[in-house]
Amino acid sequence: MTPRRATSRSLLTIDDLGADGIVRILDLADHMAEVNRRPNPKVPALRGKTVCSVFFEDSTRTRLSFETAAKRLSADTMTFAVSQSSLNKGESLRDTIETIAAMGVDAFVVRHRSSGAPQLIDQWTQASVINAGDGWHAHPTQALLDAFTVRSALGRTGGLDGLRMAMVGDVKHSRVARSTIAAMRLLGVHVTVVAPRTLLPPDAGDSFADVVTDRLDEVIGDVDVLYLLRMQQERMNEALVPSLREYTSRFGLTAARAAALPSQALIMHPGPMNRGVEIAVDPGELPGSVITQQVTNGIAVRMAVLFDLLGSGRAAPDVDTGLDIITEGGSQ
Amino acid sequence: MSLLITGARVIDPTGERRVDVRVADTTIEDVADELTPANGDDVIDATGLVVSPGFVDLHVHLREPGREEAETIETGSRAAALGGFTAVVAMPNTDPTQDSVEVVDFVRRQGERAGLCEVLPSGSITVGRRGEHLTPFAELAAAGVKIFTDDGNGVQDPLLMRRALEYADGLGITLAQHCEVKRLTTGAVMHEGACCSRLGLPGWPSIAEELMLHRDIELVRLTGVGMHFLHLSTAKSVELVRAAKADGLPITAEATPHHFSLTDERLATYDALYKVNPPLRTSDDLAAIRAGLADGTIDAIATDHAPHAPETKEQPLDQAPPGMLGLETALGVSLASLDMDLADVIAALSWKPAAIAGVADRHGRPIASGEPANLTIFDPAEEWEVVPARLASKSRNTPYVGMSLRGRAVHTIYNGTPVVRDGSAVH
Repeated sequence: MTPRRATSRSLLTIDDLGADGIVRILDLADHMAEVNRRPNPKVPALRGKTVCSVFFEDSTRTRLSFETAAKRLSADTMTFAVSQSSLNKGESLRDTIETIAAMGVDAFVVRHRSSGAPQLIDQWTQASVINAGDGWHAHPTQALLDAFTVRSALGRTGGLDGLRMAMVGDVKHSRVARSTIAAMRLLGVHVTVVAPRTLLPPDAGDSFADVVTDRLDEVIGDVDVLYLLRMQQERMNEALVPSLREYTSRFGLTAARAAALPSQALIMHPGPMNRGVEIAVDPGELPGSVITQQVTNGIAVRMAVLFDLLGSGRAAPDVDTGLDIITEGGSQ
Repeated sequence: MSLLITGARVIDPTGERRVDVRVADTTIEDVADELTPANGDDVIDATGLVVSPGFVDLHVHLREPGREEAETIETGSRAAALGGFTAVVAMPNTDPTQDSVEVVDFVRRQGERAGLCEVLPSGSITVGRRGEHLTPFAELAAAGVKIFTDDGNGVQDPLLMRRALEYADGLGITLAQHCEVKRLTTGAVMHEGACCSRLGLPGWPSIAEELMLHRDIELVRLTGVGMHFLHLSTAKSVELVRAAKADGLPITAEATPHHFSLTDERLATYDALYKVNPPLRTSDDLAAIRAGLADGTIDAIATDHAPHAPETKEQPLDQAPPGMLGLETALGVSLASLDMDLADVIAALSWKPAAIAGVADRHGRPIASGEPANLTIFDPAEEWEVVPARLASKSRNTPYVGMSLRGRAVHTIYNGTPVVRDGSAVH
């Protein structure tokens, strides 16, 4: 495979960053998290920059997270919500992007139902492109916030060497799975994928995960992180699993499995959660659950990504002077 | 006044020799070791070039009627002539569909009006290519249609396919199948394998082609009625056809240049230029297609020339239409990619497809006195690269930019008239 051209201007997949790049973003996110704990969580780091969210698929959560991140860095934000009807009016994706770019945009945050759309858009604009999720392909900022959440919860620095993660569920149709597995493995995590064959990519070999199994009970007692993927109701029509009930009995986090989980293990989910399906116990009763922290951390991580791509200060800021250093460098 | 071709290396179904060829009106008048130009003769010095019967493409989409923004019969015919083709079979997925005498007559007449090659309209097997009711085979056959296909949609219903074969028996027509079990390819944009897993794209599994191919081979065995198989793309498909031919079944098959030169790794660019149906496959499949061509399992090289307007290809893969241009690059890709004797490549481009298309009375003929003058004169050694802006096709969706091609038509003689001269269309 010909690798995509390396670009530091955009973030399209986790592979664009590599292990060092991921750690750089996570370190930066630590500082952003500190900003977010301030009474007035706002710095002028990206003042004068314009960030446009272009969402060709509804996702209020991700869009709000990005827009909050941009605003906390003092960037101007625009939203272009592409309704299905305007797509049907015949304007091509390229025309849409070129039109918005002409208004003066420094970064596009793109969500698209088609795999590869952000990569195409990246070729049509000089602005930075941040992939906020494309088809089944990639969701790099979710992967970064997942890694950040694990690192923070365990109080680690650097990578995540030696941790064991099980990712459970519909890996085949999941951009979160592709990106989070890639990021975790780059950081040194041993990843086991747990799913029936119908929910695995057609060629889920060694290059995809360290172990692939359909026996959750055989791995659950030996994980540091249990990552549950969303099971989409519409998959029921495609004969991928016989029923949600059977899915839960084989792959859901039931009370029995919660008891089998090591006490210090983290429980994660990208949301939105199907209560009673992926997690059949009250998440409030799961001490290891960091699902809420994932959402919170999303803002700090996206601030870090935006600053990394749009700010002028690439190096990690001096901790003593905090973000004021970044601010000076980044505001131009 | 006549046309005199001198110094040529002639390759035709009878073999290879060094002769001069004189064309008068629409016919080859004389072939001899040396012919002297008469006063006023138009002389083509073909020294270093190969003269062969004109190429015949079993599989082109000319888009007229219905999608004239992508191609017209005239622009497609010009692309064909520049590629060395003197006859092309126009696929029926026009709008309206080529399922009635009126539409096929229109396509044929537009081809005659353009006058650059013979445009042979195919007919659809089912009305509107909807897979429900058979088209009037006999009426269409009487209007000159030889090839029937629902290309783009394989005939899904096995009962309907059996009936089509039985009803076609004795009509002097050939049914051609696009092998794809649609239930297995819903939403698919590329080959199902390691590459699609990585890219997060819905896969088109090889078995979707092989299942229908196997079904139809068995229907041929049951009915005894022959069939042609369009654009084979998988190694197993080549095996199935090889075995069926060994059993003596009356089947033929074609492969496209892109299926023996480009792999699914191209899709890593997410560029819809590489989206095609059936999809680009793996290097193992490519090798099997080449071997199938080399041993004659695959009879013909056909382009599946499929023009699409640029804006339709500047879309994400799942929204862009499948298909790529092929007419102007077929020879260059074939000679660059295939390790076969030149005569065997020409056979797969000329007389073998001419026989399948039912035009062996006027295309793919020996180069001999009294024969129709449909000829291709090409340089088998010219190395060149395709420049999209210079293509005669109305569309630009060639996947071969940056690839070194070998061999190019220099002059194309259709019905005795040079329609391409020195690499340029005469009109």
